[in-house]
Amino acid sequence: MPPAPNPPNAIGRALDLLARFAGSAFVQRHALLRPAERAVYLGTRTGFQAVVRAQRVFKRATRGDAIRLGRPGRETDLFDCDLAEEQQLMQATVGELARSVLRPAASAAEDARACPPEVRLRAAELGLMGLCVPEAHGGLASERSLLTQVIVAEALARGDMGLALALLAPLSAACALTEWGTGSQQATYLAPFTGDAPPLATIAVDEPTPLFNPYAPACRATPDGDGWRLHGDKRLVPLAGRAALWLVSASTPRGPRVFLVEAGATGVSVRPAGSMGLAAAELGDLRFDRVRLSRDALLGDDTFDHARFVDHASLGWCALATGCAQAVLDYVIPYCNEREAFGEPISHRQAVAFMVADLAIELDGLRMLAYRAASRADLGLPWHREVFLARTLAGEVAMRAGDHGVQLLGGHGYTKDHPVERWYRDLRAVAVLHGGLHL
Amino acid sequence: MYLEIPKKFLGLRGQAAQLADQVFRKISRKYDEAEHTYPVELDLIAAAIDGLNDGDPAGAAGATSASKGARAEDTGVKNGGNLGTAWSIMELCRGDVGLLLSMPRQGLGNAAIAAVATPEQRARLAGCWAAMAITEPACGSDSAAIRTTARLTDDGLHYVLDGEKIFVTAGDRCDCVVVWATLDRSRGRAAIKSFVVMKGTPGMTVTRLEKKLGIKASDTAAISLVDCKVPRENLLGTPEIDAHKGFSGVMETFDNTRPLVAAMAVGVARAALDRARELLDPMCELDYTHPPLNSSHAAATLYELEAHWEAAYLLTLRAAWMGDNRRPNSKEASIAKAKAGRTATAVTLRCVELCAAYGEDELLEKWARDAKILDIFEGTQQIQQLIVARRLLGKSSSELK
Repeated sequence: MPPAPNPPNAIGRALDLLARFAGSAFVQRHALLRPAERAVYLGTRTGFQAVVRAQRVFKRATRGDAIRLGRPGRETDLFDCDLAEEQQLMQATVGELARSVLRPAASAAEDARACPPEVRLRAAELGLMGLCVPEAHGGLASERSLLTQVIVAEALARGDMGLALALLAPLSAACALTEWGTGSQQATYLAPFTGDAPPLATIAVDEPTPLFNPYAPACRATPDGDGWRLHGDKRLVPLAGRAALWLVSASTPRGPRVFLVEAGATGVSVRPAGSMGLAAAELGDLRFDRVRLSRDALLGDDTFDHARFVDHASLGWCALATGCAQAVLDYVIPYCNEREAFGEPISHRQAVAFMVADLAIELDGLRMLAYRAASRADLGLPWHREVFLARTLAGEVAMRAGDHGVQLLGGHGYTKDHPVERWYRDLRAVAVLHGGLHL
Repeated sequence: MYLEIPKKFLGLRGQAAQLADQVFRKISRKYDEAEHTYPVELDLIAAAIDGLNDGDPAGAAGATSASKGARAEDTGVKNGGNLGTAWSIMELCRGDVGLLLSMPRQGLGNAAIAAVATPEQRARLAGCWAAMAITEPACGSDSAAIRTTARLTDDGLHYVLDGEKIFVTAGDRCDCVVVWATLDRSRGRAAIKSFVVMKGTPGMTVTRLEKKLGIKASDTAAISLVDCKVPRENLLGTPEIDAHKGFSGVMETFDNTRPLVAAMAVGVARAALDRARELLDPMCELDYTHPPLNSSHAAATLYELEAHWEAAYLLTLRAAWMGDNRRPNSKEASIAKAKAGRTATAVTLRCVELCAAYGEDELLEKWARDAKILDIFEGTQQIQQLIVARRLLGKSSSELK
């Protein structure tokens, strides 16, 4: 039995009432909340709101066979830690976007709880959205390298993890469609991703329960006539309230699968989640109340592998963890060299310097694990064990990096004058979230 | 990027695995109990290893082949002696760390010779089992503070060594000892050089053998040097005292040997993980189908340990690969040594805990004792952290002490 909370007595009930009253009166009197924040505030208070309008109408297409992108395979049989030349170029290009666009926008994006259109535009200019859309659907991809995508995700997260997630969620949905979609699903949903106004799409996996197991969603899809009924809750879904298309994992009589749900579907409601971090990714909770779906809403065919679907997400979270932990390391090095205490830079103290070393050692290890999992996938080798272990390590060492980041800056790290407190909050997500990403 | 073992090393690794399972494991407990007894089984084995090395220089199995990798004019990625040795050491130490350290002609002194000796010296010392003598009673991690002196004789033909050395691995059984000594204590670390002293040289005596926590199959000697005269040609590398380069030349040895010690740690940790998995298998699901949060505590712990092991494994290979490709790897060698050293200790100790393998009927308890040395010799955990931190923060040893 868990310990019972103190039952409220007369004083407790009075205090509770006073707090509620003062809270709302205070808000009203001083008009402290700007409209955006107010919307969030009200959203969390009023609960789920039905999504009333279709955000976008996808033109139904029935065109032929699914297009699957091949993996790069291997050129050498020699152990080699170097990235291929084009991967290095990609790393540098996306890294520049992260430095010059994401990082400067990060703090304001968090306050606004949204990814600025400018950031999305600049990423689209780089062709980010077309990265895993096949050429036949208007994208840029002739093959699908998970390692390249890990490098892109890592580079973005080095700028800002929340914005990286906001940019990667639609990309991930596109990747999932490329990886698993049937011919008509690809024709219907993939082509718009490379158009002038690419749709926002996202992947909904996590659910409102402790010890959530992504391999066994409680959200349920039951056969209904020639289609499905989807019922259950998803939480902390990136871009939940903004996406035109949700990819939702759910249990079916034949094991867990993923369903394509358009924002106009009847019975779907959404509320802003108001999370510890990653605010720029606009996390929200979704409720599916016996939502009627057509037969074609089931992602992929009998070759769909749900465990691998989870693996692609895990790889994404490892990449974000690596990038954000690198941002912490980049930040603490100059800080510890410039900050003086007891007449010398604090970096001259082993207690400080060893934390920096520890951060770097664990980060290097995590990166190697993530790269190895991705490169094994690219080679066509089994990679479940590798990504499972990478994610296991990421959950631990990424959080420690975030913790070290704040600790090394002391009281200053605890304030919003420095980004380390944001990264501390962002990095907590790594061990928690399973959705949103699909590299 | 390709982080898998290449085909050309599979044979070598397979042979090392055979040696580990068929020889080392079977005599592991025997020499743990009989400390200071020479493992006679190894003489025959060492001859076989020499044969392997002669046949396949690219995939050679011992410390002798870990040196500066490919020649500068070669282009393209290289997989050579550093990587090959790392893979074979991992396997051998999955068998037994103490026995690996007792393998004739595979000593750390041999690695030093391979790293800094001239071609002439290398040829002269071929086939010689070389131990390494750095530590002294009054200096351990601070190797620049060594007091053993080397004095050039008046005729300029010999050096005379004087001093006390401790913790010399294989110091009793080896054919020669690589002794670190200073040419001039007033000139600091630049004056420190290494000298080859053949066993039987008058003035060098083994004064005692340590009784240890683990790696009991390996002898750890204290050596006394009194008026010990060695030929001038036995100074490894150059005799010039170059304030800019001198000590770093000696320290270069570590860039090659630290990844190998990391490989030892990876090997013994793998042994513990494999055994723990075997023992826990009837009680736990260990097939990576449930996230750690949804697994039993024992399964989750094993996953976490294996994840850290994987990091140690890959960081070790990276450092060795950089060595093979002649890239500066001091930081990466220290990262590998730091990660692997602490991981081996943590993994072996946790596996003893998970399996309640406290009895001598299980090698797990032995591995937990053996592993501890790997976080200490060739630079302690703290020394590795210092090296990594100095590199990252751009600090000198006088700023970040």
